Amino acid sequence: MNMNRRDFVKANAAAATAVAAGMSLPATMKEAKAAAKSAGDGIRWDKGVCRFCGTGCGVLVGTKDGRVVATQGDPDAPVNKGLNCIKGYFLSKIMYGKDRLTKPLLRGAGGKFDKNSDQFSEISWDQAFDVMAEKWKAAIDPEDPKGATKVGMFGSGQWTVWEGYAAAKLMKAGLRSNNIDPNARHCMASAVGAFMRAFGIDEPMGCYDDLEHADAFVLWGANMAEMHPILWSRLTNTRLTKPGSEVHVLSTFEHRCFELADNGMIFTPQTDLAILNYIANHIIETKAYDKDFLDKHVNITKTVTDIGYGLRPNHPLEKKKTGKGGKLTKIAFEEYAKAVSKYTLDYTAELSGVPKDKLLKLAKLYADPKKKISSYWTMGFNQHTRGVWVNGLLYNVHLLMGKISEPGNSPFSLTGQPSACGTAREVGTFAHRLPADLVVKHPKHRAAAEKIWKIPDGVIPPKPGYHAVLQNRMLKDGKLNAYWVMCTNNMQAAPNMNEEGLPGYRNPKNFIVVSDPYFTVTAQAADLVLPTSMWMEKEGAYGNAERRTQFWRQQVKGPGASKSDLWQLVEFSKRFKLSDVWSKAVIAKSGYGADKSLYEVLYANGQVDQFPADPVKDAAGNVYGNDESEHFGFYLQKGIFEEYRRFQFEGPKKGHEMADFDTYHNSRGLRWPVLDGKETLWRFREGYDAHVPKGAGMKFYGKPDGKANIIFAPYEPAAESPDKEYDLWLSTGRVLEHWHSGSMTRRVPELYRTFPNAKIYMHPDDAGKRGLKRGQEVKVQTRRGEVLTRVETRGRNKPPMGLIFMPWFDASQLVNKLTLDATDPLSKETDFKKCACRVVKA
Amino acid sequence: MKPQGIIDGGARNRRKFLADTARTACSIGIAGLALAHLVRGAQSRPANAVRPPGAGADDRFLSTCVRCGLCVNDCPYPTLRLARIEDDVAVGTPYFVARDYPCEMCDDIPCVAACPTGALDKRLTSIDDARMGLAVLTDKETCLNFLGLRCDVCYRVCPLMGKAITLEYRPNRRTGEHAAFIPTVHSDACTGCGKCEHACVLEEAAIKVLPGSIAKGRLGSHYRLGWQEKERKGEALVKGITDLPDRMPEGRP
Repeated sequence: MNMNRRDFVKANAAAATAVAAGMSLPATMKEAKAAAKSAGDGIRWDKGVCRFCGTGCGVLVGTKDGRVVATQGDPDAPVNKGLNCIKGYFLSKIMYGKDRLTKPLLRGAGGKFDKNSDQFSEISWDQAFDVMAEKWKAAIDPEDPKGATKVGMFGSGQWTVWEGYAAAKLMKAGLRSNNIDPNARHCMASAVGAFMRAFGIDEPMGCYDDLEHADAFVLWGANMAEMHPILWSRLTNTRLTKPGSEVHVLSTFEHRCFELADNGMIFTPQTDLAILNYIANHIIETKAYDKDFLDKHVNITKTVTDIGYGLRPNHPLEKKKTGKGGKLTKIAFEEYAKAVSKYTLDYTAELSGVPKDKLLKLAKLYADPKKKISSYWTMGFNQHTRGVWVNGLLYNVHLLMGKISEPGNSPFSLTGQPSACGTAREVGTFAHRLPADLVVKHPKHRAAAEKIWKIPDGVIPPKPGYHAVLQNRMLKDGKLNAYWVMCTNNMQAAPNMNEEGLPGYRNPKNFIVVSDPYFTVTAQAADLVLPTSMWMEKEGAYGNAERRTQFWRQQVKGPGASKSDLWQLVEFSKRFKLSDVWSKAVIAKSGYGADKSLYEVLYANGQVDQFPADPVKDAAGNVYGNDESEHFGFYLQKGIFEEYRRFQFEGPKKGHEMADFDTYHNSRGLRWPVLDGKETLWRFREGYDAHVPKGAGMKFYGKPDGKANIIFAPYEPAAESPDKEYDLWLSTGRVLEHWHSGSMTRRVPELYRTFPNAKIYMHPDDAGKRGLKRGQEVKVQTRRGEVLTRVETRGRNKPPMGLIFMPWFDASQLVNKLTLDATDPLSKETDFKKCACRVVKA
Repeated sequence: MKPQGIIDGGARNRRKFLADTARTACSIGIAGLALAHLVRGAQSRPANAVRPPGAGADDRFLSTCVRCGLCVNDCPYPTLRLARIEDDVAVGTPYFVARDYPCEMCDDIPCVAACPTGALDKRLTSIDDARMGLAVLTDKETCLNFLGLRCDVCYRVCPLMGKAITLEYRPNRRTGEHAAFIPTVHSDACTGCGKCEHACVLEEAAIKVLPGSIAKGRLGSHYRLGWQEKERKGEALVKGITDLPDRMPEGRP
């Protein structure tokens, strides 16, 4: 062994220490040296992107002998520069859980479907699609003018870009059903609604560079320290290194971000609505607003109020409401000023429970024209029965000050899933959307989509389909009968599982298909489970929260008979002839024969199949597999992406332009709009955004008049608040160690060990009052169900008296048995942060 | 569903087995055959064998522990075990290995309550006052947080998070854009429960609970930390000191 003197001394010192500590020294030192020296370890490295959150950290993926054996943070990735969080550190293990599904599983013995059976039997893909197609065809009446309202699909912000696109196209252009919605409905829908109302175009105007440009950060219902760990380390670095920088944190309980906070504020749930109006009031009263900016670039409006809580129509709360929908009415500045004048410092402090000096400090920060402010939020704002409103109230504050669309001044909606933006939002997987920001209810948008898709007009149904929560209600009511859940664990994730989700899946009228790599809670409730290839087992693309689109190549093959979601969607389309799905009149108009398959119309349509299935190569000449190319005989991913790009360049809405397919394989992700070979970091501002004409300064071009909307909305109470019987607020959420319902992270032994089971975080005095000790088993009960868990009075989250927090990652403690399916009536997103519960000894 | 590893049928049987072993060991002790061996075993107790709360120094503990196993019996978690002959720990005495299962720091400290002799000190009424050992970040080269990653698992699992382990922020000069969050153990709060060592995600933990005598340095008695002394006193230790203004060019501050 070659060892220099220094190494020798080091090794001996370590050995001596180990002996003193009574331990035997693992041979790590030798191994580490060997590993460091051997670049020739046979591992092939290629560029990829993390499978977890919306941050979109770049990773390098190491493959050897057909298996991902290692990963590393990409040192040159602009987002993370070689770093990862603890989930990213374990990426190489997520595909190799012991219970990966490798064969299709049908409920019933001996390959015969039996809805009431508690066992599954292995079947072939052919048999699986036979059963599925039979159920789908039975649910579809081609002559129904409303389309196929009895079939539905629940998708995912974890789908790759092409999977989301293929799914939306299959449903809307093929089966004629808008009943497709992604899990992003639980996550980002309120943010989307607010973007559309304020700016007429989805997704943030700023980017992560704001983390270095800003002087101050305000967190509104975002626990970035745990949920966006790498972005949090960027924010922390700015706070550490930039003189005068400050951090303000608002939440309904104390979490890890409070440690860095210069101004930490715990507010009573739902009163964020009031706090934001107070800040607007402060800005107006002190005449701090930017009058010139308002005159040139902003319209002032108010929204309809008392709009209910998105519950079933027969719920008492829905009968009480006096308003409906989200119609905006233009108002004068003076009327807006008067509307917010109710939100005085005294009133707001009293209502919110936040001390006056803290509120004032926050308001003064926003009102200071010299301070560049980035505001961040995620589920605290979005999972809110007034989610669209509260997102909008924050835009009001930024617009009043003109603090928007420039480096450091950035209201920024963070995302939870790796492709909530890139897939769920951008390619139109929502019940009301089409690719590139188009919507089904707009005749011109439908026409544009039908033209690009080469299908006759009238195929896409004009009425938005069932959104996520409505899908579960319709399953329960027997109105949605053939249902496919892909790439998400919605039985565990959706609210009010006892009263809606589970009865819906188990309704004898319904046939439920679940595609997943693992046997999740959702798969366990299904009738047919399809084994799915994941992440590096397929070619993919994700779009992160800062509009960055990132590609990766297929690195390895999926296990057994598993297939990618893309393969499943496109292959299933072969099972339908046009006569199965379109009316005779529409077929006649189409010029296609009635016997033509949906596969030929949607995918082998002369566009999607235009690129040959040549070997995929990187710059070093390494050759990668592509299971879809091999199976279908053309480069499916490229064909889909290039067809999708036609929406960006030929569609009626500009601003979503992306570079061509090959460019992404050769880049570390690009932020759209990508025009003239350049990325866009800040939208709507001249110089930064190619869509803003010279001399305009600013242009909110998503709106016809180029102006953004300030939208006044008042404080209105939550759907369900604590009372005598159920005396605590229940907020659900996540932890750093687990993501995506724990379906992958709980299968990594180290992450499992770190946080094996959920528990409730409770104030020690609340526990004491109930005679509960730390670690004791308890029942959490709501009007909808109960869950057994344990009490935690210490640790990462410190709720105030009157509120408990429980994470939802644990399949053995289904917290969504407890939650209420109250939604924002505008965004249809559930409020997972507020319902009433009680805690009793088990 | 019960959390993993919490007492189930199997664990109960294991516990009974351990208690039986304890009784055997005890009788050996009474026979006076192995006392010297036991004490010798105690001196070479591996660093990763941690005593229960309230055990204090090993010489005192070993002279009062009667190896009855009641503390192990009353431990509601699979934490405490009784040393067997092959364990390299004084036979029949209670200990735990944090990496296998740490002390859960029960509020009511059932192990101490169960102790019939006071070997586990009854004066320990708040578990936060326990000093079973001291967590030490033994390897900064592999600790993910030292490398700039966002692990900080040890910090988040610490029952005295923010007191026994804090995160000290440090700019990551390699990236120039990120902060590193350096886990820092504070001996005035760390109980040595071992949750951090147990949860460390590395293949070999970078943070370990060590006996306080091994882990802790000691400042020379001839020196004081000036800023701490001043803070403790609330004012400068030496009074009546004056300073003169600095001569500066006109008009400059």
